[in-house]
Amino acid sequence: MSTTLVYLDARSLSAEGIGKAERELLTIAAARSAGSVVVAVSSPVDDDVAAGLGRFGATTVLVPSSDVTASLAAGPAAFAAAAAAESGADLVLLTNAGDSKEVAARLGIKLSAGVVTDVVAVAGDEYTKSVLAGTYTTRIRVKTATAVVTMKANSVEPAAAGDGAAEVRRLDVPEIGPSATVERTEAKPASGRPELADARVVVSGGRGLEGDFGPVEALADSLGAAVGASRAATDAGWIEHSYQVGQTGKTVSPQLYIAAGISGAVQHKAGMQTAQTIVAINSDPDAPIFEIADLGIVGDLTEILPQAAEEIKRRKA
Amino acid sequence: MSDAPAQLKVLVLVKYVPDAQFDRHLTGQTPRLDRSDSILSELDEYAVEAALQLIEAHGGTKAGHEVTVLTMGPDAASNAVKKTLQMGATRGLHLNDDALAGSDAAATSLALAEAIRHEGGFDLVITGMASTDAETSLVPSQLAERLGLPQVTLVSELSLEGGDVVARRDGDTETQYVRAPLPAIVSVTDQFEEPRYPNFKGIIGAKKKKTAPLSLADLGLGADAVGTDGSWTEVVSSEARPARTAGTVITDSGDAGVKLADFLADRKLL
Repeated sequence: MSTTLVYLDARSLSAEGIGKAERELLTIAAARSAGSVVVAVSSPVDDDVAAGLGRFGATTVLVPSSDVTASLAAGPAAFAAAAAAESGADLVLLTNAGDSKEVAARLGIKLSAGVVTDVVAVAGDEYTKSVLAGTYTTRIRVKTATAVVTMKANSVEPAAAGDGAAEVRRLDVPEIGPSATVERTEAKPASGRPELADARVVVSGGRGLEGDFGPVEALADSLGAAVGASRAATDAGWIEHSYQVGQTGKTVSPQLYIAAGISGAVQHKAGMQTAQTIVAINSDPDAPIFEIADLGIVGDLTEILPQAAEEIKRRKA
Repeated sequence: MSDAPAQLKVLVLVKYVPDAQFDRHLTGQTPRLDRSDSILSELDEYAVEAALQLIEAHGGTKAGHEVTVLTMGPDAASNAVKKTLQMGATRGLHLNDDALAGSDAAATSLALAEAIRHEGGFDLVITGMASTDAETSLVPSQLAERLGLPQVTLVSELSLEGGDVVARRDGDTETQYVRAPLPAIVSVTDQFEEPRYPNFKGIIGAKKKKTAPLSLADLGLGADAVGTDGSWTEVVSSEARPARTAGTVITDSGDAGVKLADFLADRKLL
């Protein structure tokens, strides 16, 4: 009998419901350990959230008895370790978000457990992930009794598996130890678009946009897509760094990736070449991005993007 | 209350990694990375820059502050340290032992934690945001856990204030301003200021700087505590993904936007 613990950052659980990446974790956990999915959430949750977690298979929801989120990584990791001990989990699943990976890292040391990041499939004690910018697929075995795994979004289809009756329990948090303190936070304006890391469709813009992301945003909105960017575009200050796709930005694996005005440097390809379908639009016929595109269009972005956005809106109407 | 320790000792961790500009390969029965054509990891240059700026803000090496650079890796990895000495680091340390090959993040963080304890006395340990080879970004947090130090990770701005380190972290939905007492572990992103290039004076000056060797025996670690034996994960198989091939390329003759919609409809992506 195996028990899976799912650790969730409370910031990812909003009034609109449970995020897709989080629902995927619950789905994997429910399939793996029928009847015994424990969810640890970094802050107390209300009844609606608990019921939502229950519908996706959670049987128990553990919340900390004191605030742990102000202590960067150390607090959430101390709570997650207590939850792992309480539940007797042999697998702890987390999302691939930066903060979650840090909790996973510390949890690995606390539990003497092997940690695997960027996982796309779970089979027994082996975990599949791609490495070297998507050029290799590897299977990793965890040698320790407990495994800590962070899953990439879009790895499974989320499916409701429970009856919504999750029991919520408070758990005492052990000594957190020395940690950094979050003194102040500034919320960033929400775009209303899907999250880049788990979107099914991404439209990205690069140097070829010459500063104007309007046409990329219009095409993204016609498709219900997330907006991304190349490093050239974020370095130029045309769009915020958190939109960057690539080796030092986000890695995305959407069903459809549209690259507009992006030449296709190695570092950018590293972040998007596992997309199922790639469309590239560029005025330079020699842009390396065309070497990996299923459809390449050579032409003027300022004409093609608005035309495509209009046509897609018309067909969807 | 002083602004910073009288003698600020900063340790920067750097890694010698295969150059991502070229094709990179896994080789062997237990798949490992082919480490020819390696360079100082681009992301670690930001860590070196952060360390140099921090000591310069408080009088630099003239005021007795130091930036020590530590790498773990085979013989050639000393090239990574050499470049940081040319950038302005004070001295180098090179943890080099055949038994370290194949270490996962847990074994790597163990060896590095022991090396940091062995040298002792650092106010700050600074790393890059991730290595550009394994890309797990686990090691900074694992070092913090092993050494019992506060972690101040993925920061784009850094300074010292009254014996604390203060930093800015940019997340997807919020920006955090954080503070931690020294000593602390810090990782910096590529949103930190651009790393400097070694200049002529730096290159000449680096010839007089020392890189001291460190072995597992120096750290009191057995060979089985690190490498494949000491790792908690192992790669059981690897497969090269089929290279993507180019599909259709069309040139716009006024209706490319419509053709794009057709293509998406054909593939049921609308």
